[in-house]
Amino acid sequence: MPERDSAVRVVVVHPDLLGTYGDGGNGLILARRLQWRGLAVELIEAMSGTPVPASGDIYCLGGGEDAAQHRAAAELAEGNPLGQAVDNGAAVLAVCAGFQVLGRRYPSADGQVRDGLGLIDIDTRKGGGRRPVGELVVTPSPALGLPQLTGYENHGGLTTLGPDAQPLGRVDAGVGNGGGDGSEGAVVGRIFGTYMHGPVLARNPALADLILTSVVGELEALDDSEAELLRRERLEKVGTSRVTDRSRWTARLTSRRVSG
Amino acid sequence: MGRASRLAGRGGGGVIGGRVTLLVDPDALAHLARGRRSVLVSGTNGKTTTTRFLAAALATAGPTATNSGGANLPFGLVAALSSAPPGGLAALEVDEAYLGPVAAAVQPEVVCLLNLSRDQLDRINEVRLLAGRWRQALEAVAPAPADARGPTVVANADDPMVVWAASGADRVVWVGAGLSWRLDATGCPRCEGRIQFTDTDWSCGDCGLARPEPQVTVDEVALTDQAGRRHPFTLSLPGQCNRSNAAVAATAASLLGVDEAQALAAMEPVADVTGRYGVVRVGGVPARLLLSKNPAGWMEIFDFLRPPPSPVVVAINARIADGRDPSWLWDVPFERLAGRQVVATGERCRDLAVRLRYAEVDHVMVEDPVAAVAEARRFGDASQPVDVVANYTSFQGLRRAAADA
Ligand SMILES: [Zn+2]
Repeated sequence: MPERDSAVRVVVVHPDLLGTYGDGGNGLILARRLQWRGLAVELIEAMSGTPVPASGDIYCLGGGEDAAQHRAAAELAEGNPLGQAVDNGAAVLAVCAGFQVLGRRYPSADGQVRDGLGLIDIDTRKGGGRRPVGELVVTPSPALGLPQLTGYENHGGLTTLGPDAQPLGRVDAGVGNGGGDGSEGAVVGRIFGTYMHGPVLARNPALADLILTSVVGELEALDDSEAELLRRERLEKVGTSRVTDRSRWTARLTSRRVSG
Repeated sequence: MGRASRLAGRGGGGVIGGRVTLLVDPDALAHLARGRRSVLVSGTNGKTTTTRFLAAALATAGPTATNSGGANLPFGLVAALSSAPPGGLAALEVDEAYLGPVAAAVQPEVVCLLNLSRDQLDRINEVRLLAGRWRQALEAVAPAPADARGPTVVANADDPMVVWAASGADRVVWVGAGLSWRLDATGCPRCEGRIQFTDTDWSCGDCGLARPEPQVTVDEVALTDQAGRRHPFTLSLPGQCNRSNAAVAATAASLLGVDEAQALAAMEPVADVTGRYGVVRVGGVPARLLLSKNPAGWMEIFDFLRPPPSPVVVAINARIADGRDPSWLWDVPFERLAGRQVVATGERCRDLAVRLRYAEVDHVMVEDPVAAVAEARRFGDASQPVDVVANYTSFQGLRRAAADA
């Protein structure tokens, strides 16, 4: 067990702007996994409109709508708290819109180019075709030592990696970055970017522990048997989905909308 | 046709009939609506219950067509109208994504707008976008000659998305209907600024869009109408959200000539809305079925549940009609179920089990919903029905299981 004299600070960045797809769960998951191992944790929800603390150990950013993404990027550019924290050794998990914002450029809904925070060497442009929506399965880059990753993607932008960014992994099913090289996400130092919702750490506890150990060092194993059942189910579902494509299409044609 | 539809297992008979009619005549909805006095009801949550209330109120004044089965797409509306005699009144629930085309076809006298929040994220990915489309729809149905009457909108003053949409209409009656889930309303729909909330009020810090003073309010005892008269009422359905739904329905009914007191009296005995809230037997075990399909809906459910340590069954699917992505489970404060045993069930019970683990709520996982209800009974007072909260298709499955028993 690593020795720390203060609580680990997990900061959920702008959950009111970047929390549309349940990604706030990532912060809770990281905090609980530290707590269950006996470490002191402070889980901070940094709402928009007030400065994001630069003193966090781990930052989580999630997906959000276009206007919310723009607002979050503008607020984070002021004083650059994320950049400061990263320079001080903090880890970052950024999903979807939050991932795009960390890069050099990202698009608005109408295709306008906007400046990102430039913390990682990625570039996102507006996708031309259909929005990638569905299960995403990824074989992680071998250096990460992780098992296959599973998530749910839902994004309009297409991301290309620059020479200073490594992919999180290679797409087995789904679209991922969509830049044509079959890559998904990005890893730069302790910054992890991905298009996987779910939330991604609910389905991939090994990724949660990789992020945690990058900050607090070695950790003992937890009982992840329930997450393992979820992972297996999701991976099997995608494995068989090609066979059942036809029946799913029929289901789509006959489905009725829901009443409230 | 209605019979064939039921045999085909689609439920809510008449939908196949509706589809055939619409294929033959794309203007069927407009033709069928002509000569009727119609009210449309839309919003993420509460539209089925509000429509049911409204239909009960309007029926006191004359024959009323309604899509009571919750078939709220244009097909379902055609089916509902074609099975009713021409003329008369209509109370129609409309899917929030279809309000524009339906309003253009039906030319309603009144449109009720309840709320907008995250739901089916794989299908509707921007709540603010939807609010903008509602606004355009209401501007579009404002009639061309300036002296003609467009619809009156009965709108929830507490939801910034609804207020932005409704202020595109000629005439609005604002109802203080409450908003239990605010995370989808923090970005201003008009200017991209930030909405600031207090307990009872809201406004945009940048452009000044603000909560209009409601002309109609509702509390634990009574509805206060536009003229300031108080109408005490007691519903059979539980919860403050249903009192708000009743206030919207009563206001809409009053615009069609049914006064509030008469309207509310007709709503009081409504005890079951397409199976919701009703006690049924699932696999021989008495169970109270509650529908909740998104975070905003869950905020209201917590108040309905029997207190701890009563167990609760939570059933989650993620079919097309539910939304394929159940990650909204992480937006629901399931921590509030602590002190009970939760039985996680449905096709996505594994997602729910992982969520409950991180919420530190005791739970077991039983994938089959009928077996899950039996399991829950072991944890509670066997003389009480088991509370079962299900999202859309899992709810329909449980209703079928109850009917087959
Ligand atoms: Zn504004």
